[in-house]
Amino acid sequence: MTITEILFYAFSAVLVVAALGVITARNPVHAALFLVFAFFNSAVIWLLLEAEFLAIVLVLVYVGAVMVLFLFVVMMLDVDLAQMKEGFTRYAPLGIIIAVLVVVEIGSVVWVKHLGVGQQSAAVAVVEGYSNTRALGELLYTKYLYPFELAAMVLLLAIVAAIVLTMRHRAGLKAQDIAAQVAVRAKDRIRIVKMDAEKPSETSSPEKQP
Amino acid sequence: MIPLESVLMLAGMLFALSVAGIFLNRKNVILLLMCIELMLLAVNFNFVAFARHLGDLNGQVFVFFIMTVAAAEAAIGLAILVVLFRERRNINIEQLDTMKG
Repeated sequence: MTITEILFYAFSAVLVVAALGVITARNPVHAALFLVFAFFNSAVIWLLLEAEFLAIVLVLVYVGAVMVLFLFVVMMLDVDLAQMKEGFTRYAPLGIIIAVLVVVEIGSVVWVKHLGVGQQSAAVAVVEGYSNTRALGELLYTKYLYPFELAAMVLLLAIVAAIVLTMRHRAGLKAQDIAAQVAVRAKDRIRIVKMDAEKPSETSSPEKQP
Repeated sequence: MIPLESVLMLAGMLFALSVAGIFLNRKNVILLLMCIELMLLAVNFNFVAFARHLGDLNGQVFVFFIMTVAAAEAAIGLAILVVLFRERRNINIEQLDTMKG
C-alpha cells in the first residue's frame, strides 16, 4: 500500500464522517460547516486523483461562494429548529434502510460485476511539463466552446433570477429612476410665459434721474 | 495508485448518505438543498475517477459543467427560499399546501 492509498483511505473516512455530520447535525449552521469540511476533503481526494484544477475550483467555487451563500441564508432566516426536527426519528429507519440498500447495490455492481473495465488500471504516464489546467483549458476552448458559452449563459440567468426574486420595493425609498429621467420633456419641467414688457414708471425709478 | 473500485464505492456511500439525509431532514428546505449539493459531489467523484482511470480529460470537463449548474441551482434555490420565508415566516415543507396539491 503506497502513501497515496493511505492518504486516500484516511481522507475518505473523514469525508464519510463529515457527510454523516451534514445529515444528522441539529443546527443548520453546523450542517453547513460540516459540508464545508466535506468539500475540503473532496478537494484533497481530487488532488490525489490528479484533477488539480478541479480541486482548486471546488474550494474556490463551493467553499468560497456557494457555502458562504448557504451560511448567509441560514443565518438570515429565523427558523424554528425544534419544529424542523419533528419526525427526525420517525423517518430515520426508512432513511437508513434506503442508504444501506443503495450502498449494497452499488457495491454489488462495483465489486461483483467489475464494470467490464477489468484490472488494467494502467496509470497514464505523465509527460514532463504536463499541466492539468492547460490541458483542460485547451479542451474547454476548442471542443467544448459552445457548451462553455451556454454555461456562461446559465450563470447569467442565475444572477438575473436571484436578483429579480429577492429585490424588494420599499415605499419612500429615494432611488433614481433612469427611465423616467430620460423620458422627461422640457415642457413638463418649465413653462414659458409670454407677456408684454413693463414700462418703468416715473415714480418707481427715481435713481435714473440726474 | 488508487483503485477505481474504492473511489466508486466512496462516491456510492456519499450518495447513499445524501439520500438518507433527504429522508431524515424532510422538513427543512435548507438541509434538503445541502443534501442535493452532496449528491452532485458524489456524481462528480465518479467523473473524476473515470477520467483518471481511462486517462480521458473529457470527464473533468463534465465536472466543470456540473459545478456551474450546481452553483446556479444553489443561487436560485436560496433566492426562492428567502422569498418564501418573507411570505410565510417559516420554511416548513409540510405547511406549503397553499395550492392544495
